[in-house]
Amino acid sequence: MKRILDIALPLAVAAFLLGAWEGAVAHWQVPAYVLPAPSAIARAFADNFGSLMEALASTLTVTLEAFVAACVLGVATAIAFSHSRLLERTLYPYAVILQVTPVVAIAPLILIWVGFERINLALVIIATIVAFFPILAGATLGLKSADFNLIDLTRLYGASRLQTLWRIRLPNALPYLLSGMKTAGGLALIGAVVAEFVAGSGTATGLAWRIVESGNRLEIATLFAALALLALTGVVIFAALSLLEWCLLRRWHESALQAS
Amino acid sequence: MIALSGIAKRFPNGVQALNDLSFMVARGEFVSLLGPSGCGKSTALRLAAGLLTPDAGAVTYADGKPQIGFVFQDHTLMPWADALTNARLPLDLKRMPRDQADARASAALARVGLAGFEHAYPRELSGGMKMRVSIARALAAQPQLLLLDEPFAALDEITRNALGDDLLKLWREDGLTVLFVTHSVSESSYLSQRVLVMTPRPGHIAADIALASGRDSRLSPATIEAQRVISGALNSAIAA
Repeated sequence: MKRILDIALPLAVAAFLLGAWEGAVAHWQVPAYVLPAPSAIARAFADNFGSLMEALASTLTVTLEAFVAACVLGVATAIAFSHSRLLERTLYPYAVILQVTPVVAIAPLILIWVGFERINLALVIIATIVAFFPILAGATLGLKSADFNLIDLTRLYGASRLQTLWRIRLPNALPYLLSGMKTAGGLALIGAVVAEFVAGSGTATGLAWRIVESGNRLEIATLFAALALLALTGVVIFAALSLLEWCLLRRWHESALQAS
Repeated sequence: MIALSGIAKRFPNGVQALNDLSFMVARGEFVSLLGPSGCGKSTALRLAAGLLTPDAGAVTYADGKPQIGFVFQDHTLMPWADALTNARLPLDLKRMPRDQADARASAALARVGLAGFEHAYPRELSGGMKMRVSIARALAAQPQLLLLDEPFAALDEITRNALGDDLLKLWREDGLTVLFVTHSVSESSYLSQRVLVMTPRPGHIAADIALASGRDSRLSPATIEAQRVISGALNSAIAA
């Protein structure tokens, strides 16, 4: 019953809001270039289905590539940090600088360096920069917060550093890493969209470019359709990572136990 | 089996934990290391295990470093692994073949009364059962020297007594050498053959008390008498 309510209640709210929106647009005769009715957006979505899906595929590819790159680089850097305090103290400030500098400000530079002829690589690099930090922060904290006594025990039994990493530190880091991945998944999408905006029309072909183009042409219904698709993509990424988290942690971690 | 002589240990924060600590434990003995909180008992145990190095003095083993089993105050289990995988940890680290390691870890779990719980996760076990898994993990390594750091301190009295009796049984059956850190006079008086009483920090041995036989139960006259003697030694160690 509770499960059904969890799904039914948000859907009821959505239906009510869409109905009210449709009614308000019809009642006050709001021009379509200011606020199109949901039915008009649905029509625009159907009319542009092919091109919107192509744009989605393009944005999604950049997002996923950046996400995977951020995971690999973030975990590798965190492992290096956990093995060497010196390395961490030397390099962590630069990771922070990369994180706090707005990506919009770095993006033009990266586009120039990588070159517009390799636009996809540039987009992936920009999105990776945005998604990298939560992975690094989560994995570093997780690797370092392993039970000291358990680490001592592995020393007592003559474990190598690799064995300790594999058997104790990495499993211990998993909940922290997954939490970082949930944040990073959304950020990779944001990074991909920002990168497309900065790259501008004519080069990028993703959803962000569709939004810019539709805005320029005053095709507001198509703009809304692209926007909805983008929001939906973000939700799906988050849901997929939450599912992964639940699958990996459900047997043992408090967070997953409380959720189930 | 093991001797600590003239041990001094100061921590980086400036705390002098131990000063001129010396004692030895013979093969097959069950020795308790008793003292007030913060006197350096756990530090002494970590030195004995080779997990810490002393600033002065030496830890020596009679016939080379023995296989050591270590049980912490917390169960120190891996929450992401079931009881069998936890008990198997020392064997996995030694890269023992899986079926052989599984057999030995299962046997160790059975010995501490956890047959049938091989695939239970730590969160599914009670505090006492988690401590049993922790002891099974130490046994799986087939230790000659078993070091226990207040292993029952966090447990209720009924569980504590049951685990104490089980530990005695394991010690008798396996011919283990046991060094048992505790702050409980009653525990040390019943379990051990000899009690080393430590002074407050910086800790060293204030009294070395060999206990008489006849302590068959926790309430037998010999046990009560042992408690009286140990309490007296502990009080003078604290007062000195």
